[in-house]
Amino acid sequence: MNDLPKQEETTLSFEKIKKDILHPLQNHKGLELWIVFLVTVIAVCGWAYIVQLRDGLGVTGMRDYVSWGLYIANFVFFVAVSLVGMLISSILGLLRIDWITPISRISEMIAVAFVAVSGLVIIMDMGRPDRVANVIIHGRFQSPILWDITVVTTYLMISLLLLILPMIPDLAICKNELKKASPIMKKIYNVLSLGYINTPSQHKHLHRMIKTLMVLIVPVGLAIHTVTSWLFAATLRNGWDTTIFGPYFVAGAFVAGAAALVMAMYFFRINYKLQDYITDVQFDYMGKLMVAVCLVYLYFNLNEFLVPGYKMKTGDDVHLKELFTGHWAVLFWCSQLLGNVIPIILLLMKKFRKPLPLMLISIFVLASAWIKRYVIVIPTLLHPHLPIQNVPENFVHYFPTGIEIAVTVLSFALALLIITVLAKIFPVVPICEIAEQRGIEVKIED
Amino acid sequence: MKEDSSKNGRRKFLKNLGVTVGAAGVVSSFSLLGAAKAAAKEPAEMVNLLTQDGQLVQVDKNQLRPTVTAPLNELQKRGREGIPGKSFVMVIDLSKCRNARKCMAACQNHHQLRPDQHHINVLQMQDAEYTAPYFMPKPCQHCDNPPCTKVCPVDATFKRQDGIVLIDNERCIGCRFCIAACPYSARIFQWTEPKDAEKYKDLTYNIEANVPQKKGTVSKCLFSADRLRVNKLPSCVSSCPNGVYYFGDRNEDAVTNGTTHETVRFSKLIEENAGYTLMPELGTKPRVYYLPPKNRAFKFNGDLLNEENLH
Repeated sequence: MNDLPKQEETTLSFEKIKKDILHPLQNHKGLELWIVFLVTVIAVCGWAYIVQLRDGLGVTGMRDYVSWGLYIANFVFFVAVSLVGMLISSILGLLRIDWITPISRISEMIAVAFVAVSGLVIIMDMGRPDRVANVIIHGRFQSPILWDITVVTTYLMISLLLLILPMIPDLAICKNELKKASPIMKKIYNVLSLGYINTPSQHKHLHRMIKTLMVLIVPVGLAIHTVTSWLFAATLRNGWDTTIFGPYFVAGAFVAGAAALVMAMYFFRINYKLQDYITDVQFDYMGKLMVAVCLVYLYFNLNEFLVPGYKMKTGDDVHLKELFTGHWAVLFWCSQLLGNVIPIILLLMKKFRKPLPLMLISIFVLASAWIKRYVIVIPTLLHPHLPIQNVPENFVHYFPTGIEIAVTVLSFALALLIITVLAKIFPVVPICEIAEQRGIEVKIED
Repeated sequence: MKEDSSKNGRRKFLKNLGVTVGAAGVVSSFSLLGAAKAAAKEPAEMVNLLTQDGQLVQVDKNQLRPTVTAPLNELQKRGREGIPGKSFVMVIDLSKCRNARKCMAACQNHHQLRPDQHHINVLQMQDAEYTAPYFMPKPCQHCDNPPCTKVCPVDATFKRQDGIVLIDNERCIGCRFCIAACPYSARIFQWTEPKDAEKYKDLTYNIEANVPQKKGTVSKCLFSADRLRVNKLPSCVSSCPNGVYYFGDRNEDAVTNGTTHETVRFSKLIEENAGYTLMPELGTKPRVYYLPPKNRAFKFNGDLLNEENLH
């Protein structure tokens, strides 16, 4: 897998790499407009959250039976997407697979943004966010929520480090090259680059630290999504009471994360004009990777639905019938076919692994991944062990309200804003690593 | 009052306290005996106080402490500990339930709930296609292996020594994990301002009745723990006109019928009527026992039992 096209190496010099990658940071008006747009969206949707704070969670579609709704589905989705950081820069990195070099930083940016917002989404779902400190004051380590908070924050910290540490040489370059940067940004580059001038000893130490983090993030990344699945699997409800939820969620997270990464790769390739770095090779391999993770996920889906579907145990039967042929059939089959089966078939063909087709397929995969989480969270709550009776009509169904949708948009806008700001102030493609990989000498002035 | 407060502050405070206490004719909750002992050791400035039974007594000023101004903490502490030596159980005789719903109304009244909020809910049940339908009142099962308290991240819902599972809505963060975890759908959430929130907003929170209810927190059946403390039966039990409910103490092996006030042996009642618990396969070990709907004195008069009603 390590055969990068040879002809590119001859055409690139270190100066050209620096120019190509740093140029968009300061000369991209569209990006600034995009930031303004995102901030506006956040402000408008922030108002929806204020309404929810004022009037209580009654402004959502949730009621006593469907007591977890869109927000929890979003939470699971955000955690899932964030797992791409572990998949790309850690698992593949440790395997010394070198086509990931130009996209590893983008994947870390996605990881940081999505895991940070996942924490906020949980707070947005709380009935009493004013008492969030109780989790520390009265925290019980027997509760999976405490485990989740622990691993989410740990994963955020390690992901941040895995974003910043490998970027130190590039930050030293930013410090020297970005003359037009604001004084604050100059200061940030100066502080974060820690006086790095690429001496052999600095290089050795830095890479040793990065390697340690890459190993550390594997168990933490597995834990974050496994524990998230336990929020469901630790209950006695039909549809959640299953032992494969941990690996099932991790497999699904790789699918969602890979799709999100492809979309981001495509966006930066076009907008930052990085065609020489994020090449067709990367898309081709990402397409193949997606087939691999989709196959694993398909295997888990077979286990998760075929086995109980074969038995049709009391309780499971109502739930599964609703998913297979009932109210939830359209969403369920959409998520399975568009997000799993069809992408596997299409991506086996080389022409669909080109940038544009792959990006379009990824949109479907990511949307299906979100629908999948919605279908995991809500139908189970509609099928409790005992019948739902003597309650108003709106307790028996669930559909998100405008407020819920606005708060959802808010969380997505926040994640996009974090990625955009990171990509506005930091080089999205690692300059030094690319140069090293292509045998070009890295020079960093003091 | 803190030890390090200034003398002036203390004098002023004591003066105020003396006036207030004297005028109201109540005595603060300090130990008169302790005060007398200290006074004997080191005579100091004395103040006159009127006790609850109308006696005028002299007390050393240094021994005065303000009344415990945190009855909330006391209630919380007492509520978390439970009633020592007790092990509460409920027995529900399904052959007697004819869906009068007086239990639901009494419960909603006691716990300040709206008509669509149920700590106890009378369900129409039919276990399989050709089995006889029946009414089943469903309170919290107060499980001995409660799935709800396990998952609470802040110990807001907990099990006490007398077996009751309680909830502290002064601590609950509203994550609703307990609602997801409860297989009996016994828990509700205050999605909006609770009923009569304005009317009860100054009331001190009573954890044993979970009133006043609070927006953004979970609520559930508490076996009327506040009534148990004063030797009363739970609201639902007392209000049933049909003799459905027995309530009592498993340690004493005695349960009392809320309608007839007849007290019977718990073990005998269960044995003779083949009492059972709900969904024992889940391992929750409920404290609510059911007697099967056998030899009913009346016909099932429920709504049409269609698929919808059963799930």
